[in-house]
Amino acid sequence: MNRQNDLIKNLDWLSVFFYVVLVFMGWLNIYAAVYDDNHSSILDISQKYGKQLIWIGASFVLGFFILLTDSKFFTAFSFVLYGLLVALLVSVLLFGKEVNGARSWFELDGIRIQPAEFAKFATALAIANVMSRHGFKMMRFSSLFQVGLLLFIPAVLIILQNDTGSALVYSSFLLMMYREGLHGSILLLFFITVILFIFTLLYSPLTVLVIIIGSTMIAFLYYRQNKYELYRIIIFLAGCIVFFLFIRWLFALTIPDERILLYSYLLMNLFGIYYIYKRKMKHILLVMLASWLCIGATITVDYAFDKLQPHQKDRINNLLGIESDLTGAGYNVNQSKIAIGSGGFSGKGFLQGTQTKFNFVPEQSTDFIFCTVGEEWGFVGSTVVILLFLAFILRLISLAERQRSDFSRIYGYCVACILFFHVAINVGMTIGVAPVIGIPLPFFSYGGSSLWAFTLLIFIFLRLDANRLQVFS
Amino acid sequence: MNKFIHRKVVISGLIIFVFVIYILQLFNLEVIDESYKLSAINNSQRIETQYPARGLIYDRNNNLLVYNQAAYDLMVIPRQVKAFDTTELVHILGITPELLKRNLDKCKRYSRYKASIVVSQITDTKYARLQEKLYKYPGFFIQTRTLRKYNVAHSADVFGYIGEVSQSQIERDSTYASGDYIGINGLEKSYEPILRGTKGKKILLVDNYNRIKGSYKNGEYDEPAVVGGNLTTTLDINLQEYAYRLMQNKKGGIIAIEPATGEILLKVSSPGYDPQLLVGLERGENYRALQQNPHLPLFDRTVTATYPPGSVFKTIQGLIGLQEGVITPATTYECYYGNFFNGQFMKCHGHSSPLSLKGGIQNSCNPYFVNVFRRVLENNKYTNVREAYGKWRDYVLEFGLGQCICPDFMNESAGSIPTQAYYDKIFRTQNWYYTYIMSLSIGQGELLITPLQMANIVTCIANRGYYITPHIVRPMDDAHQQLIQKKELHIDKRHFEIIAEAMENAVKEGTARVAACDSVVVCGKTGTIQNPHGLDHSAFFAFAPKDNPKIAILVYVENGEWGSSYGAPIAGLLIEKYLTGKIAPRKKALEKRMLEANLIQPRIGKKKEAAELKD
Repeated sequence: MNRQNDLIKNLDWLSVFFYVVLVFMGWLNIYAAVYDDNHSSILDISQKYGKQLIWIGASFVLGFFILLTDSKFFTAFSFVLYGLLVALLVSVLLFGKEVNGARSWFELDGIRIQPAEFAKFATALAIANVMSRHGFKMMRFSSLFQVGLLLFIPAVLIILQNDTGSALVYSSFLLMMYREGLHGSILLLFFITVILFIFTLLYSPLTVLVIIIGSTMIAFLYYRQNKYELYRIIIFLAGCIVFFLFIRWLFALTIPDERILLYSYLLMNLFGIYYIYKRKMKHILLVMLASWLCIGATITVDYAFDKLQPHQKDRINNLLGIESDLTGAGYNVNQSKIAIGSGGFSGKGFLQGTQTKFNFVPEQSTDFIFCTVGEEWGFVGSTVVILLFLAFILRLISLAERQRSDFSRIYGYCVACILFFHVAINVGMTIGVAPVIGIPLPFFSYGGSSLWAFTLLIFIFLRLDANRLQVFS
Repeated sequence: MNKFIHRKVVISGLIIFVFVIYILQLFNLEVIDESYKLSAINNSQRIETQYPARGLIYDRNNNLLVYNQAAYDLMVIPRQVKAFDTTELVHILGITPELLKRNLDKCKRYSRYKASIVVSQITDTKYARLQEKLYKYPGFFIQTRTLRKYNVAHSADVFGYIGEVSQSQIERDSTYASGDYIGINGLEKSYEPILRGTKGKKILLVDNYNRIKGSYKNGEYDEPAVVGGNLTTTLDINLQEYAYRLMQNKKGGIIAIEPATGEILLKVSSPGYDPQLLVGLERGENYRALQQNPHLPLFDRTVTATYPPGSVFKTIQGLIGLQEGVITPATTYECYYGNFFNGQFMKCHGHSSPLSLKGGIQNSCNPYFVNVFRRVLENNKYTNVREAYGKWRDYVLEFGLGQCICPDFMNESAGSIPTQAYYDKIFRTQNWYYTYIMSLSIGQGELLITPLQMANIVTCIANRGYYITPHIVRPMDDAHQQLIQKKELHIDKRHFEIIAEAMENAVKEGTARVAACDSVVVCGKTGTIQNPHGLDHSAFFAFAPKDNPKIAILVYVENGEWGSSYGAPIAGLLIEKYLTGKIAPRKKALEKRMLEANLIQPRIGKKKEAAELKD
């Protein structure tokens, strides 16, 4: 009795409110997305919205039971749950059903379950467990290795299912790790890699090389505060380039321009090392090293991109505007932008959308559900939805920060980061600013697995949060 | 771990940053950028063109000649096509799989998003069967169109035909879209703006399978199609029918004009073809066959073809002579099977001699009109033959020769009356002698005149000195009425009276006796035109009755040999039929002979033909 009173008192009702409002909005949008005059009852269980209502009811029950569970259960059984989910991921690879080219579903009596969705909460629990242990040091190699392994196993298994989108979700744990002490440079390196990746695909190797060398020189100037040194370096580099051009002309060699620039830069750096050694300016060596890391990264990206699957190449190319084939790979995004754009400031009104209703937008009830929001509720409605998500995520972060136990805080950050990644990628994809990575919009996209997975993630955290006062770290 | 608590701010900042960017992008898409709203309209609305029915065509007695019939085009939007049962579709349509594939590929090349025609003009029964099965073929739908249907199996040269617009026509006139029909020749072409009507549109809401989900805003923005305007022609379709029967197996043209109004009663180009041949799926094949026919059925032998007029031209010669005062009706010339003119022989046939003007026309004496022409050209009023020729040419042009005279046909030839400059070039001098152009006097030589123009000459004589612009469509408004004008000739009425009397005599007791009718006074003139490529052409023009004429007619039969052998009898029968409504029993045998005569089958020689004629 006492315990239940505590629960009602300590439960974060604001988060529950966000959860319920978002789930309800999601349901209305699924109804609008697949609405058709012949099946106008929102309770018709032969339709997606009817089925979704069952999922919603079930997830409320699930959330309720989680709140009744002792919070120690999640700490104690985190590895068991993790092991169970890994086993499921392996077995789905062996016995799963292939849908849209991804072998990531179990099918039982017409109900599909996607283990990858549930793997997220189990991984979060396991990582929270590992990271909250005594003696875990973020920047120690063995510690990083443990976390890396925990992330690596489900991610690789999901990639093997041909569901790269769900695997990429695991990169969101980096943000949580940054909070827990991961060196900022690693996060920065991650962003630089992403940016370089995009640059490499967008621009010619020569341009990328010029950008890298240019940035290095700016960094050099920033550290040395001496423009005459910079002039000397530029003159030296120019001399090297002329020298190599002359060689190419003299022997009639067929060396591409970017190679000439690369060799010149290499030659300049070799002399530079001697110079650095003499002048004792080790930090310049770091700048130089960073530039070579970047060059190495672009070469790797070029190589890796060749190895990507065609549809992934298409999606990335399309996002970057390299191939604007609106009938092929770009079709989805273009249609989605048309649907959202046609909503205008205040939207066409509930059930009045023509784009989503008449199936112009593919996957409109799952990955592209945000189109219905944009079309029917307009700029106002879609902004409200985004702000609700933002408020919910920020609320989760502030809840995480008030935890006394490391486990709860780390888990809370995991939930916030996963939610952020899903919303950012999914909404970004529908409005054409993020790559088309097929992951659902939490609470909105049709499907039981996704809804249940997020219910589990959030309610476990709310249960931990409700218990925070009984924990002493 | 609390030493990293400030990182909460960094992470929250990053999340807020991303979502703010998203809200800005949403603002851009939904509020600033208008282009997505337009795209959405294209996406979800299908603008269905409502094709108007083309205007109908009637004859002068309100008999319906040309009307419309519903036809169905199978359309496709290639992007929406899913794998389907080709065999079944091919079976329903009754076409080969190869043709279907070829057409589908063509549609794909045109556009993957826009609808285009796969199979056009599907019949009612095929349409009924297809309609049931259409749900199996996503991406396909049916569009209703109208096709031309004809109550007569001839007169295709009058009506013309319609066909799909060409790309260049679409570029010239934006009211046309790919797949629209347009008149290609005949009245369908010259009255296209009236006949076509105005296209309407219906805005439908469709889903991505192009399934219709209802009309847009309850049809508020729909525009109904406006039916095309009807044409009333001046043709007498019964007479036309009879004329075609008389002309069967003969090449040539017939034009009959109501002199008082300029209305064209008859326009027969033989061999003709059934206009229905150029409608429907077999159109292309039929067109090729017509094009390859050695007798050129697509060639309009009434307004496009130009011929030398032959002896009928002698009437003009006589009129000019009288008007110029160089001859009188009493002027006589001698002729014994021809005459020499400055060393050049002009042959003739047997008749009494000497002859006056009337006798010259009645017996169609060649040397008589060479003499008349000589007098005209060697008139002392003019400084030389060249100048006199110019005056002569002016008279000739007044009859409507050397120019297009009918506003209703775009395929009309102007014909040619040679200019002075032309002869200067030919003779390499401006100092001509009359014998240089002697053959003009009997309607041979460089003269090229359409049968319509020849009919117009006889109309001028029937009217005793004027003609009304010949036309085949009754004017519908003032602007159209303006096109029809009275043209007075600068030749006195009394001269025409003499020529009319001479033509009356020609029918009564001259070369054209075979054209005579018992109850009506017919005035006519035969013509036999020398043809270097084969048998001579037979021409005859006439008007009747003599006073207050109701019909002026020209019959031109290629390879008909003598004016009196085919031209005159056919014209006589048509006049009798038109004015009395029946053929007298006396002429039944002649009618039968005309109906059965076959001038198209290869003939062995002149002699055999002459023998046949006597039978």
